Amino acid sequence: MTEKMVILRVNNLSKSFGDSTILNSVSIELAKGEIKVLIGPSGGGKSTLLQCINCLVVPDAGEIELDNARIQFTRKQDIYRLRQQVGMIFQDFNLFDHLTALDNITIALRKVKKMPKKEAEKRARLELEQVGLGDKETLYPAQLSGGQKQRVAIARALAMDPKILLLDEPTSALDPTLIGEVISVIKGLAVKGMTMIMATHQISLIYNLADEILFMENGRIVEQGPPAALLAAGNKSKSQGFCDRLNELSEVEG
Amino acid sequence: MQNALSVVLDSLPYLLQGSFLTAGIVVFAMFLGLFIGIFMSVGLVYGNRFIRYILTAYVWIFRGVPVVVLLFLFYFGLFSFLGLNFSAFATVSIVLGMTTGAYQANIFKGAILSLPHGQFKAASGLGMSDMQAIKNIVLPQILRMSIPAWSNEYSIILKDSALAFVIGAPEIMARTQFVASRTYQHLSLYITAGIIYFLLTWAGVIGLRKLEQYVRIPGYSQHGNQ
Repeated sequence: MTEKMVILRVNNLSKSFGDSTILNSVSIELAKGEIKVLIGPSGGGKSTLLQCINCLVVPDAGEIELDNARIQFTRKQDIYRLRQQVGMIFQDFNLFDHLTALDNITIALRKVKKMPKKEAEKRARLELEQVGLGDKETLYPAQLSGGQKQRVAIARALAMDPKILLLDEPTSALDPTLIGEVISVIKGLAVKGMTMIMATHQISLIYNLADEILFMENGRIVEQGPPAALLAAGNKSKSQGFCDRLNELSEVEG
Repeated sequence: MQNALSVVLDSLPYLLQGSFLTAGIVVFAMFLGLFIGIFMSVGLVYGNRFIRYILTAYVWIFRGVPVVVLLFLFYFGLFSFLGLNFSAFATVSIVLGMTTGAYQANIFKGAILSLPHGQFKAASGLGMSDMQAIKNIVLPQILRMSIPAWSNEYSIILKDSALAFVIGAPEIMARTQFVASRTYQHLSLYITAGIIYFLLTWAGVIGLRKLEQYVRIPGYSQHGNQ
């Protein structure tokens, strides 16, 4: 990975809420096309880290560089531009309830990218087809299943042509029968070379997609490395133990 | 009885003309209130502490002072103090609009707070500014949600508009009183006025219910939606 182009540099990012430190000096380097997977116990700071990376939560300290351009946290324009280039997928989808699947995608294209309506709709249809929902464009979020909602959310993020996609436990709110369709969309993105940082407890995503695993605990990255190394048999890493427990759980469920 | 009926029938066109004025007051007041309410609710939820204090004070003043007091205060006091020569009609419309604005602000504020916060986050995440997110994502949803409470406000303002007669705006109540004081047919005339108010309320509430159904989002229940 070292010879590849670094697209995102996060240096010593910190965030506290009141007395509790949620992020404690976290640093990440992400190369183009790379996929990093965040794992670790809940409350460890995974979600806050992802939200800090596109400034949905503004960090207290640290630096973010996207494409070698430093983001000034105090400049709204910097933050808006960062967010346009860094897509975000949420655990609970967060579709706009008053808009159809199609308009959920076109609204940001039209209002943020100032794209004409026709062009935006054309693009949105393309993205809906990519996630297998070409026939659902007129439906409202309340008429879609959880898996379909998350696929619309992914299409909505991709339509903005993000350089990086952040996924915050994209399958955690779905029941087991619907997880598969979302996983296959995410795998499709990986095949196309999408650069991603993903918090997930989905074992198949961790094993198959991660170029690197970041294990977060108490607001720090306490372990990192490629899955082959971290999860090698006999390795007593925290990541290993964590994935073993996830495995046991999924066997109990399955 | 013969006399009562003929007085009512004779004066009906005159009374109904007053209902145009009443309708004018209510429509103007409701839209002024809508305008004030939307801006204030956004300020109450998203504004800084200073803005919130000012807006909260506004709400308390208009909630705490009777409409009649406000009418006299504005018509005989404030407007002439400011050198403004507003008609009784304009004064009533403005005072009722500012009053319902305070109540509508609270209606919309409640709706904004009930909206799942994740949608605002998602809009921000797509690069929308706060203003764009409020305009495109928050307002279209909370305005839909607020229609039932808004139709309540409509019926209250319609009935409060009868107070306009105290400063001499020739609306339904003023005209009824005028005829009654000359014909002494108080019972039948005030029953007639009551019926006119009732019908105006009914028509407005039914109209708003139709609007609510028209803008309803398919598959989306108005309350307790996830």
